[in-house]
Amino acid sequence: MSERLRILIAKPGLDGHDRGAKVIARALRDAGMEVIYTGLRQTPEMIVEAALQEDADAVGLSILSGAHMTLVPRVIEGLGEAGLDHVKVFVGGIIPDEDVPALKGLGVAGIFGPGANTQEIADFIRRQLTEG
Amino acid sequence: MELVTEALSGNRYALARLISCIEDDGTDARASLAVLYPHTGQAHVVGVTGAPGTGKSTLVNELTKVLRAQGTTVGVVAVDPSSPFTGGALLGDRVRMRDLAGDPGVFIRSMATRGSLGGLARATANVVKVLDAAGFAVVLVETVGAGQAEVDIARTAHTTVVVEAPGMGDEVQALKAGLLEIADVLVVNKADRPGAAQTARALEMVIHRNAAHPSSHGGTDDNLWRPPILKTIALDGTGAPEVLEAVAAHREYLQASGTWAERERVRIETELRNVLQQELLDRLLARVGEGRIQAWVGRIAAREVDVYTAVQALLDT
Repeated sequence: MSERLRILIAKPGLDGHDRGAKVIARALRDAGMEVIYTGLRQTPEMIVEAALQEDADAVGLSILSGAHMTLVPRVIEGLGEAGLDHVKVFVGGIIPDEDVPALKGLGVAGIFGPGANTQEIADFIRRQLTEG
Repeated sequence: MELVTEALSGNRYALARLISCIEDDGTDARASLAVLYPHTGQAHVVGVTGAPGTGKSTLVNELTKVLRAQGTTVGVVAVDPSSPFTGGALLGDRVRMRDLAGDPGVFIRSMATRGSLGGLARATANVVKVLDAAGFAVVLVETVGAGQAEVDIARTAHTTVVVEAPGMGDEVQALKAGLLEIADVLVVNKADRPGAAQTARALEMVIHRNAAHPSSHGGTDDNLWRPPILKTIALDGTGAPEVLEAVAAHREYLQASGTWAERERVRIETELRNVLQQELLDRLLARVGEGRIQAWVGRIAAREVDVYTAVQALLDT
C-alpha cells in the first residue's frame, strides 16, 4: 500500500445533492489523503473503472436517493469482478437503520449518516486501511 | 518486473499499480522504469496548461473524444495541487471527463503535486513514460492551474497547449514572461463569452512580438513555428477538432524541422541534471544526518554564521 492513501469519492445514482460528498472529500483532504472526486451521476461501472485507474485504496459512496440497496451491491460486485476485492467501501448519506446489517453483510466497511463527525470518519478510514 | 510485463501487455490494473509504484518511488520503481524505458518514445506527449478555471479539464475531455473518434488511443495525466500543510489533495479533474468512461482506449490518472512546484508532480514525467510504453498514441498532460511561472510542462511535452479565457487580465498580463512563451498552440476558451475577441487580439500582438525573437523556441528564422490562436467553447466541443489539427501540424513541424530530436535532447539533459541533483542531495543529507542540519539552522538563526559558511561546512563533512 502506498504511503499516501488514495480515496475515491463518488456519487452514484440520480440525486443531485453533492454537498455531503464534497464535505467528506474536503475532510479527507485535510486529513492528508489524496481524494479523487468524480462528481455526480456516476454509474457503478464508472466508479469501478475510476477506482481501478486511480489505484484507489478505498471508495466512498454518497447516496441520498434511497437506492443504496441497488447501487452498493453493484459497486461491490464490480470491484470484485475487476480484481479489486481489497478496496474498502464506505457509504454516506441517508441509510435507514434496518438496511445497515444487509450492507455490512455485503462487505461495506463503514456507514455514516448525516450527523457523523468528519474527523471521526477520516480516523475510521485511516484505521481501516492501515491496520490489516 | 511482472507488473511491467503485465502492464505492457494490456492489463489495466497492472498499469494502475505500476503508476502508483512509480509515483511513490518505491523499491521497484527504478528497476521498472529501466525495463519499460526502451518501449517509450512512441507517444505524442501534449501538455495542456493555463490559469485555474480556464477550462483545461473540459478541453482535455473534448480533445480526447475527438481523438477517440479518429481511433487514436489516449492516456490522460491530470495534475492537481497537494496541500502544503497536510499533504492531502483534492483531485477533481475527472468530474469534467465523465464522457470518457467505459472506453478501453482511454486511461485517466489523477496525480497530486506532492510538494513539487512548477505545475507538475516530480513523478509526472515518469508516469507519462509508463503510458507511452503501454502504447497510448497520445498522452495528454493537464497541469495544475498555472500562473506565470509553472512552465515545467514545456520540458515534458512535445507540444504545449496554453488555454486562456476572456476576462483574465489585460494586455500587460499577456506581455509578462511565462506561460505564453511556452505555447505551441494558444486556445482562447469560452469564446462565447464577452471579451473573447479582445483576448485573442491581445494574444495576437504578443505572439507577433515573440515571433520576432526566435530564441524562446529555438529553430531557425525561416521555418519558425508560429503558435496559432484558436477559439473554442470546450463545453460543447466547438473548436476541439481545430485544436487537434494544430497539435498534429506542430508535430509535423517538429519532425520536419529536426526540432523533435533537438527537444528530446534538451528534455533528456534537463531530466539527467535534475535526477543527478536530487540524488546528490539525498546522498549528502543521508551522510550528514538531520541532527547536524538542525544544529546549523540554529547557528544561522543565532547569526553566528551565514548560510553559505554552513553549506561549505556541510559539504566538507
